[in-house]
Amino acid sequence: MDFFIGQYNYWVVIFLMMVGLYTVISRGNLIKKIIGLSIFQVSVFFLYISMGTVEGGAAPIITEGVKLYSNPLPHVLILTAIVVGVATTALALALVIRIKESYGTIEEDEIHKLDHSL
Amino acid sequence: MDHISLLLVVIPLITAPIVAVLPRGRLPWAVTLVVTTLCALLAGMQLWTVLHEGVISYELGGWAPPWGIEYRIDAVNAFVALIVASIAAITLPYALLSVEQEIPEEKIPLFYSALLLCLTGLLGITQTGDIFNVFVFLEISSLSSYALISLGKERQALTSAFQYLIMGTIGATFYLIGVGLIYSQTGSLNMQDIATILPGVVHLKTVDTGFAFIMIGIAIKLAMFPLHLWLPNAYTYAPSVVTVFLAATATKVALYVMLRILFIVFPHGFALATPVEELFIVAGIASIIIASIYAIYQEDVKRLLAYSSVAQIGYMVLGIGFASATGVTAALVHMFNHALMKGALFMAVGAIIYRIGACRMDQIHGLGRAMPWTFGAIVIAALSLIGVPGTAGFISKWYLVSAALEQSAWISVAVILFGSLLAVVYMGKLIEALYFKPITETGKEVTEAPLLLLAPMWTLVLANIYFGLDTNLTVGVAETAAATLGVMKP
Repeated sequence: MDFFIGQYNYWVVIFLMMVGLYTVISRGNLIKKIIGLSIFQVSVFFLYISMGTVEGGAAPIITEGVKLYSNPLPHVLILTAIVVGVATTALALALVIRIKESYGTIEEDEIHKLDHSL
Repeated sequence: MDHISLLLVVIPLITAPIVAVLPRGRLPWAVTLVVTTLCALLAGMQLWTVLHEGVISYELGGWAPPWGIEYRIDAVNAFVALIVASIAAITLPYALLSVEQEIPEEKIPLFYSALLLCLTGLLGITQTGDIFNVFVFLEISSLSSYALISLGKERQALTSAFQYLIMGTIGATFYLIGVGLIYSQTGSLNMQDIATILPGVVHLKTVDTGFAFIMIGIAIKLAMFPLHLWLPNAYTYAPSVVTVFLAATATKVALYVMLRILFIVFPHGFALATPVEELFIVAGIASIIIASIYAIYQEDVKRLLAYSSVAQIGYMVLGIGFASATGVTAALVHMFNHALMKGALFMAVGAIIYRIGACRMDQIHGLGRAMPWTFGAIVIAALSLIGVPGTAGFISKWYLVSAALEQSAWISVAVILFGSLLAVVYMGKLIEALYFKPITETGKEVTEAPLLLLAPMWTLVLANIYFGLDTNLTVGVAETAAATLGVMKP
């Protein structure tokens, strides 16, 4: 039982990761693909942030009388990764707008019918 | 001059936004040309310094590693940085006319800005000694290359850029997961530091998992078979200049990251204890044979060359798979030589596109006689690709075959030779169409490409011959690099 409850953060991460990856692979709608991709990336953010926790540790701000702090580095790393994720999503959405303009659709199989490229 | 390593990354990074706001016209191109040439010079100086004075360790902002980010330059990354920077410098003169024709005028400053960002990312990956920093630069170069690819003339450029974005992001995220898992066990992100901590925790499953995630993530970026699906479309529909630049640099840098993780970050023997090597050999063999056969059946010349690139990556992966000093030397030499030959070939194809606006097999009949210099470049680069003695391609094939013979890997030897044969078939098909088929009458007179396209193309072609005869630079540096990586399997 401890295997499930004691590591619940990892189960959340794995669940989100699989949901995201499955959505990217299985959905034909380009916007849904982007949503899946974002969920996939967010799961990794959770992985990092939950890793930084130190049991009984306070928030990593220097305070009188506090000896134990959580590890702030994963948070900082994830700030960078969030920026990268936002940039990726923005670029992907921009591409979808352009695809919609030139194909008139954002469904993968319809685009595929129009030309054999995706 | 202590700051060479940092300047290589910072100069293109700072110039990129400046170029984006420059007025239209040729000024953005001129600034980019100056910057890339400067970067190539700096990269040359850096390699010289590393070879003569030893490893450069540069602490960013004066924060000592492992807490601060360290740029750590040894023979391996100095060599790769030189490949990237000099290919960029050679591509730029070529870019002027080709870009003016293929990119809408109002987007040209943005185009050069994205190109500089892509260069920043690629150089950054080679310079840094921090595995999280690698991820950041990987995404800088990837995001800008998605944008660059989507600028292609045909609408398929958009869908191929999107497809590349999805696969590239999954690859980068896998890499990120791997880095996170490794960090959770070692508490460090500095490559050297991780290398010293890892042996103590190497028995943990988390480390294995992290290793697997990192390998798959980079294999996607590397277009290692069977994760290469994004590459043919991306190379086919991208603007000519972008194809030249990416084909000659992007996958090479990913290969470098793979080498660095395999041999430096993870302790000696770790990779040998996993089935990674066998997987590399199988993937290498499969990509050489399957991608070459695909190349034979392509009707679009750029797509043909793209599949050929997948096959050539197979050779490099095979070289790493041998995990011997000769094998890694072969992979590094082929990395350099392949940049020369594919750069020249894609430039020649770009010149044909510049003249006739397309590059399908049935549209280029007899063009070789109308464009003798472009055709000559294709022939010599094709010979190099096949591996004819006297060209650079021969040197890399030679080392690869020696590496295979050392381990009595007869199947690999046969595959390498058979792959050359398949290259004869698909390059022969291209040359046949260009020279021996009668010219299709379109009523338009096709003339030779302008000098500004021919000069960079022939620079690379002559380099193909030069490095086929004088191997001191390439093999010498690659051997030093392989020694730096500490490859230990005999």
